[in-house]
Amino acid sequence: MKIAVLSGKGGTGKTLLSVNLAAAAESSTYIDCDVEEPNGLLFFKPQVLETEDIAVKVPSAKGRICIGCRICVDFCKFNALAHVNGRLKVFENICHSCGGCLLLCPEHILTEKDKVIGKVLRGIADNVAVHTGVLNIGEPSGIPIIKRMLSNSELVHTDPIFIDCPPGSACTVMESIKEADYCILVAEPTLFGVHNLNMVYELVKLFGKPHGAVLNKCLETVNPSEIFCEDKNISILGKLPFDRELATLNSNALIAARVSAKYRALFSSLLRIVKREAAL
Amino acid sequence: MKQLLILSGKGGTGKTTIAGAFIKLSAARAYADCDVDAPNLHLVMHHPSEPERSDYCGLPKAVIDAGLCIRCDLCRLHCRFDAIIAEADYRVDHYACEGCGVCQVLCPYGAVSLRPAVAGELRLYQNDALFSTAQLRMGNGASGKLVTEVKKQLNSAGVDTELAIIDGSPGIGCPVIASMSGVDMVLIVAEPSLSGISDLERIIKTAWAFRTKMMVCVNKYDQNLTRTEFIENYCENTNIPFAGRIPFDADAAEAINTGQTIVDVDCISGRAVKRVYEETMRLLFQGSD
Repeated sequence: MKIAVLSGKGGTGKTLLSVNLAAAAESSTYIDCDVEEPNGLLFFKPQVLETEDIAVKVPSAKGRICIGCRICVDFCKFNALAHVNGRLKVFENICHSCGGCLLLCPEHILTEKDKVIGKVLRGIADNVAVHTGVLNIGEPSGIPIIKRMLSNSELVHTDPIFIDCPPGSACTVMESIKEADYCILVAEPTLFGVHNLNMVYELVKLFGKPHGAVLNKCLETVNPSEIFCEDKNISILGKLPFDRELATLNSNALIAARVSAKYRALFSSLLRIVKREAAL
Repeated sequence: MKQLLILSGKGGTGKTTIAGAFIKLSAARAYADCDVDAPNLHLVMHHPSEPERSDYCGLPKAVIDAGLCIRCDLCRLHCRFDAIIAEADYRVDHYACEGCGVCQVLCPYGAVSLRPAVAGELRLYQNDALFSTAQLRMGNGASGKLVTEVKKQLNSAGVDTELAIIDGSPGIGCPVIASMSGVDMVLIVAEPSLSGISDLERIIKTAWAFRTKMMVCVNKYDQNLTRTEFIENYCENTNIPFAGRIPFDADAAEAINTGQTIVDVDCISGRAVKRVYEETMRLLFQGSD
């Protein structure tokens, strides 16, 4: 069972929730898909068992003579190729690795080489198998890292699997929820929160994913996100109070469900609800 | 025109809250929201008239004409994005297609064409101030290109003003890199937590990689004083100017929820952000007189 945790807005508590739900389970897998700013590792501090470099293919004309026909330059929709001073120049950072230039080169001078864009770390932290993707600084897209983590068929994941998604609603989020069986939308009680909740709600509907919401940082005052959920008939799985103690534990990257009986009970009960809803 | 971009690495540290306050404090006549897949600045920046809207087309997407397709499978075999689906008729998965054109150029029967696809909407408000923003359409990927369009829209309007404020997106990937190009300075809004510090280091390294001038402020600093001090020391040791601290303030959420910025009401975070603003402006305009 793959459960994705997403929010649209950043800082609503995706990592807090996915880390604590994974820790509250008897055994589980936690996959951090926020490869631009991965934080799950800071909480779990796993014993890292394996590091895998993730590479994409980029074209290279190194050591070969380019006749300057520019067929590949004209073909490349991403403007990743240029022919300057009698040489073919490859802008590796904007290449999408489609392989079109190799297919079209009439002289067959192009080859592909691996370009490492980041890595995947795999490890164990007590009852949780922890997988984290890390994108290298300056690289534009972490999609290949997310793909590798979620579709690695050599690995048998321990159920349930929690997928900690990046913020936003664009390509990296779509990739992260693609294989999910259930989505948890985390929302905070602000106008910004509800506006971005609406966006991920539209996204999970578009992909036909069963979903429910967790309301975080709840105060006594009116909660626009709660009103939104009631309005749209989104099942509210639970509410986490605005709570200085939890915020402090979290800011020190401590797993509340592990260090405090009170929060262990809270997240265990939330986990039961999530499992029940997701099994429907 | 000096352009100030507000970034954070980590999401939810207060970019938009601070951008909104800066726009009010400076009475900026030009500003933009580059967080195209979760834009929020328009919720606190009120304009009397509706924006001018225009469709944004990303890269075109492949479409297969079933009448011409002979199911040779060449397109599917060569598609690196697994975007060709072989069903009764061959079809293209729109979400997976990146518009590279390999299928089109390979098809021996001309059954594949690339067609423009609307991937979002650009919005331009032109009243006393110019406000450029956009919304990426659900299920689309090319957010970096849309960010570039938002900035083009901001620059092309030719507003004669000293300062433009740009609200950025979280992360360090393509939309962030696109938003950094050409700006005069980045203000990074940090959060005093271990996660926040890890994310701060990554956005700082990204700004360095693109040789962008930057400064740092800490929001909700009182939620963890030890971590706040760590960030201040980190900045000092790496020679990054520190713009100040803003306290956690329940009144801030209340202001936002009524569609106001934190300097529209009298609150402690609003008073603190004024000092951060003055410090930021001092550095941004330093030596430019």
